[in-house]
Amino acid sequence: MSRAAVPTSDATTMPSSIDPNLIVNQRIVLWYFVASLIFVLVSMLAGLLFSLQFIQKYPLAGIEFFSPGRWRMVHTQGVAYGFIANAFLGGLHWAVPRLTLRPVLSVKLSWFIFVAWQGVLLATVVGILFGQAQALEWGETPVWIDPVAQVGLILVAINFIAPIIKAPGPLYVSIWYFIAALVWTNLVYAMGNFLPEYVVGGSAAGAIGGLFIHDLVGLFVTPIGWGLMYYFVPIILKKPIWSHGLSLVGFWGLAFFYPLNGIHHFFYSPIPMFLQYGAVIATIAVELVVTTVIINFFGTIKGRGDMLRTSMPIRWFYIGMVFYFTTCLQCAFQTTLTFQKIIHFTDWVVGHAHLVMFGVFGFWIMGMFVYLIPRLMGVSEWYRPSWNHWHFWLFGIGLFVMFIDLMIAGLIQGFSWRDLAPWEDSITASAPFWLLRTITGIMIIVGQLFFLANVWMTWATRKSAKPATEGQSNPITSPVTA
Amino acid sequence: MFESKAGVFLIAGLFFFALAFAVMGYLPIAIYQDEAEQTLEELAKEGIIPEFVELAEQFPDRFERYYGKVNYDSFANALKRGHRIYIAEGCWHCHSQFIRPVSNEDLRWGPVSHAREYQNVLQRPVLFGTRRVGPDLIREGSRKSNHWHLAHFFKPTNVVPVSVMPEYSWFFDEDDYPNADGMAILTYVQWLGSWLNEYPYWRGKGPTGPMTDDSSDAVADQTIAQASGAHLTGESP
Ligand code: HEC
Repeated sequence: MSRAAVPTSDATTMPSSIDPNLIVNQRIVLWYFVASLIFVLVSMLAGLLFSLQFIQKYPLAGIEFFSPGRWRMVHTQGVAYGFIANAFLGGLHWAVPRLTLRPVLSVKLSWFIFVAWQGVLLATVVGILFGQAQALEWGETPVWIDPVAQVGLILVAINFIAPIIKAPGPLYVSIWYFIAALVWTNLVYAMGNFLPEYVVGGSAAGAIGGLFIHDLVGLFVTPIGWGLMYYFVPIILKKPIWSHGLSLVGFWGLAFFYPLNGIHHFFYSPIPMFLQYGAVIATIAVELVVTTVIINFFGTIKGRGDMLRTSMPIRWFYIGMVFYFTTCLQCAFQTTLTFQKIIHFTDWVVGHAHLVMFGVFGFWIMGMFVYLIPRLMGVSEWYRPSWNHWHFWLFGIGLFVMFIDLMIAGLIQGFSWRDLAPWEDSITASAPFWLLRTITGIMIIVGQLFFLANVWMTWATRKSAKPATEGQSNPITSPVTA
Repeated sequence: MFESKAGVFLIAGLFFFALAFAVMGYLPIAIYQDEAEQTLEELAKEGIIPEFVELAEQFPDRFERYYGKVNYDSFANALKRGHRIYIAEGCWHCHSQFIRPVSNEDLRWGPVSHAREYQNVLQRPVLFGTRRVGPDLIREGSRKSNHWHLAHFFKPTNVVPVSVMPEYSWFFDEDDYPNADGMAILTYVQWLGSWLNEYPYWRGKGPTGPMTDDSSDAVADQTIAQASGAHLTGESP
């Protein structure tokens, strides 16, 4: 058992005959990361554009193609399927072969999926902008693209499950999360996109829609995110995960409770009330499970707290985990019916969503980028490490202020509505908060531009930079320089 | 078992998911399965809303051109098209469509939502919504006049100066009269809630305050018409 407590690709357990650089196709990892970086910029700009509507400064008003509501959907779809999915697929291409010591099923298939997935994304953006959205939150992808995306997800699962099946078990924690995520993502996508459209309507479809919104975060993004954390954190800290027992509790607790949460997106709706109560309990249970995972990771870093200062990836990862704990703690409260009366339908929820998607998974992905991109480019250093600090602080402060700002705005809106003030009052009261939201959004984008410039310059100057030695392209032995 | 590939795949991947789906997904499906889903035709036959008839009178030529005569077919067409636009423009990301039994929502908008109201094709996928930037719309029908809505879609700030709702100038023809899309979304919005027994339940009966309708009278129409660019006072052939 304890054998599995260290990633199997650790130098101590890896047979010296296997060179990870031969089983990992670094090219495709880099391409996925580039695609992810492009989509996150597009999504951020779409979000910024939509936010301008809220301060009555929409620059492109009256142009059908720039209808704010459509760009809002580009914003969320771009984040989920462009930014996060691309980054995770890149991360899986790096981690799965190293953990299983086997390449993916087929590199050709990998490339095919890569190209097809970008096609799906482009079609989604264009489809939404031309008014073909589907009325499913987080699933606005036009209906005719859904089957294509589903086939893509099945291929992804096959490509990664192949090396996992071949590897002798029991396998490391990350692989549990990956196996489950590959299965869940397919099931969730099929359930959420096809059932409410073709099979059931009405309130029952609302329940399915709630499950979909939630499972997409809980059963696709969360498990892959944690799987990558269980992989990268011990490698960078050069020590095993603190407690294998807690890893087990965290995984199985998540697997059991997370899928039961969905209906908490529609409290006080016509969905049967006893199911709503069930969702409350399951959501609070998730918070307890999450606490065990957080304890495990903070147990792991104990004694190496200095790494928060010296290692950029560790800093992104651990601040992300603090945010994770914050959002989950928030969940445990906001899922109660008392909180729901006030905060549902308000900007509170929007703040929560930003903290989850950007504060947690965005942070982990950025940490992964900071760690891997120089290695993938074959250099030992970022072009300007200081730009990465600008990136971190602008992004981090921007996001945190946005979160607090929207949370307060949400409370004001909720109480104003309950008190039966005219609707316009809640708009007027929100105006300064919406202005601040736009400003924090600009901060995040500027931070991201620092990072993009750094990526570009690192690439452009890679020839003149000190070439990476053998060891440095191997994360196991390389010093943490970023 | 808890660390083996098969265990993770079968128990976590498949079984736990199936269990959760059975409880949280299948159960509501089973509970509502006897409530038949109304088709578009059935919805139209429930009764053409007065605002649709009014629309045909207000813009006779254009109505004729885009929808023909006032009948069940043209009404169903307008509803369907309006529903499509409501989704495409993301109205449902700024407006919810359900009244909760808490936070005085019934005082603001009217009767609490009932599952029965959602068993129809125009709620597929259901348009509950999760965010209210603007007010809930499930009881919107007849609350405001056609003219109010048209002026509002054309440029919301002309009607409600603080509004953050987008302008929808492409719902109007070159000459600023409503086009097929404009008539469709208008019909859809005016239809919302029209299925209630006491309809319009709030007119003259509801408590005063948030629910009073002060904008559907002629004077208001006139002011709005002057303030906005949209032609509201009817079509002059
Ligand atoms: C950016 C968010 C946003 C979007 C998108 C949006 N609205 Fe609104 N809507 C508002 C706000 C805010 C108000 C309240 C202020 C006002 O009346 O303009 C409002 C008010 C309304 C009202 C008046 C409700 C009442 O009784 O006072 C209607 C009807 C309406 N919207 C319909 C629509 C339709 C139809 C669409 C899609 C074509 C849409 N809205 C898109 C924000 C939005």
